[in-house]
Amino acid sequence: MGEIFVVVEHRKGEIREITFEMLFKARELCQTSSHNLTAILLGGKNSGFVDDLAKWADRVIAFEDNRLEIFNADLYKEILDRLIREHTPFLTLMGHTSWGMDLAPALSIRTGLPLATDCVDIQTEDGRPMVFRQIYSGKLFSKVSFKESPGYLITVRPGAFLPPDDVEESQGKVVRQELPAGLTEPKKEFIEFVDTGAGDIDIAQAELLVSIGRGVGEEENIATIRELADLMGATLSCSRPVVDKNWLPKFHQVGTSGKSVKPKVYLAFGISGAFQHVAGITGAGTVIAINKDRKAPIFRVADYGIADDLFKIADSLKEKLGNG
Amino acid sequence: MNIIVCIKRVPLTQEVDLEVDELKKGVKKDALAYVINDWDNYAVEEAVLLQEKFGGTVTAITIGDEDDEEILRRALAMGADKSIRIEPGERELDGFVISKILAKTIRDLEYDLILTGVQADDDNAAMVGTMLAEELGLSHAAVVTGMEPEGSDAIIRVELEGGMDEVSKIKLPSLLTIQTGINEPRYVSIMGIRKARKKELVVINVEDLGLSEDDLAQRTMIEEVFLPPETEGAEMIEGDPSSVASQIIQIIKEKGVSI
Ligand SMILES: Cc1cc2nc3c(=O)[nH]c(=O)nc-3n(C[C@H](O)[C@H](O)[C@H](O)COP(=O)(O)OP(=O)(O)OC[C@H]3O[C@@H](n4cnc5c(N)ncnc54)[C@H](O)[C@@H]3O)c2cc1C
Ligand SMILES: Nc1ncnc2c1ncn2[C@@H]1O[C@H](COP(=O)(O)O)[C@@H](O)[C@H]1O
Repeated sequence: MGEIFVVVEHRKGEIREITFEMLFKARELCQTSSHNLTAILLGGKNSGFVDDLAKWADRVIAFEDNRLEIFNADLYKEILDRLIREHTPFLTLMGHTSWGMDLAPALSIRTGLPLATDCVDIQTEDGRPMVFRQIYSGKLFSKVSFKESPGYLITVRPGAFLPPDDVEESQGKVVRQELPAGLTEPKKEFIEFVDTGAGDIDIAQAELLVSIGRGVGEEENIATIRELADLMGATLSCSRPVVDKNWLPKFHQVGTSGKSVKPKVYLAFGISGAFQHVAGITGAGTVIAINKDRKAPIFRVADYGIADDLFKIADSLKEKLGNG
Repeated sequence: MNIIVCIKRVPLTQEVDLEVDELKKGVKKDALAYVINDWDNYAVEEAVLLQEKFGGTVTAITIGDEDDEEILRRALAMGADKSIRIEPGERELDGFVISKILAKTIRDLEYDLILTGVQADDDNAAMVGTMLAEELGLSHAAVVTGMEPEGSDAIIRVELEGGMDEVSKIKLPSLLTIQTGINEPRYVSIMGIRKARKKELVVINVEDLGLSEDDLAQRTMIEEVFLPPETEGAEMIEGDPSSVASQIIQIIKEKGVSI
């Protein structure tokens, strides 16, 4: 019987959702292949996380030290490397997040264990993990196997495994550990957090969002969609490339690195539906997507789809609303 | 400041009907148009901006076939000084093997900074960057949206989820994975690319790097590539734009929004 490690992700005194999503999936894997589930906490002194985590795992290994309060890949990878060598877990799960992208690949090289990133499903076949991921921004899926190894590292896509409200609580054993002696001096030093989401309007409060993506093509075209939004009394939002090109300010951006929105209706014009975008609209009541590519991934998450040129649809909408 | 920037050529797939190849290991590539990976374009621009400000050289590196030299010339046209292409032959490459090849190539070069993209637009792995950093024993940060050298350090900005950045100080030499939006990549003209033909483009064969078979063995293997199941999905509204527009307005009103 082996172990599954879940690396707890937290920020500013809160455990991040991805942690519970991983614990939930790991529990399911433990049940089918009788492994033990261990949550690994690297956090600040008296983080207050331990009790919560014990409800989700068979065991919590907790390092609580103020040097660990804010994620630091240098310290984290060194401690995790030692821990993984000591326990040889079958799987170690981390989030496919800003943390995970920094930590997991480096940890893979350090431990010598193979890594698959951004996985949306995990299975086991003949005692080895088999994962599913998306490529080409979700236009294709792939099934991926690993070279045989004593253990495997996996980063998990946020939102891929949503725990139900009534997860059965366990009473995990808490093992507190001191930081090992002789840790290397980190090469990175935290300075501050900066809020980048604030601005003139709050798209999170809007009832109706008209959202534009790279499909809008040119900066000049934004004006015609803005007119449509005004006619509808809607708020204008967008996907990341529109902000990257400085066509709209950052506070218009929907998605993991922008805002989560919860309008009654979300109209997506020329947005392909990458997971980082779609993660921001899970709270939307109804999603209507307009995209000229019938195979665009957005149509898998939208309620209604229109496979057509966005400008044709926008013009017709304007005509009807203008006259009505 | 000497900078190395790792770049990859990827197919444009957004408005294309992708077809799975016969072996079910990838897509049919013949009909696809290729470009520099979007994230890497920002990385090249960042390297060139830093070089313009602080001097030094920029070297662009790609592992790929002859066609992929197109993005090296593009990087040279943007202002890179030198470029290297590593020919992988028929080998299959995962992020691990790519990082091994890059590490071996870069190890003996002079550099203060290595830039990669956050992720490649084809495999969406976001893996090569910090694997390479660890291979070379460098400090690293992923998803970087700002970088300002300060003596033997750099002040960097890392993008976190939910509209939050983290500012920190990192020791050079360092590897940063660059996020889109960090700058505004310059326009590259055909003329510029033609002129850049005079700049250095070195080709190295992977077999000449002296990597072991274990280093060149993939850690993850694609077993199968397949189209997403068509079971779930949006209800498609068909018809001419005028009738589609009427239906959209009706849906919005039904959902309790007055327009
Ligand atoms: C760490 C990280 C964080 C990220 N955070 C975010 C985030 O918060 N928000 C976000 O949005 N993205 C985010 N991204 C980027 C994300 O991965 C995608 O690259 C991005 O969402 C793509 O935006 P898009 O759909 O507008 O563009 P594309 O993917 O280029 O899609 C454009 C779409 O427009 C369609 N189109 C083109 N012309 C027309 C036309 N005339 N009519 C109709 N349709 C047309 C095309 O068929 C295509 O589907 C993040 C990425 C990373 C790595
Ligand atoms: N074949 C390659 N040659 C050079 N650099 C690469 C290659 N593949 C990936 N990279 C770099 O690694 C980054 C992340 O790629 P990936 O881990 O594949 O998502 C890319 O943005 C590139 O900077």
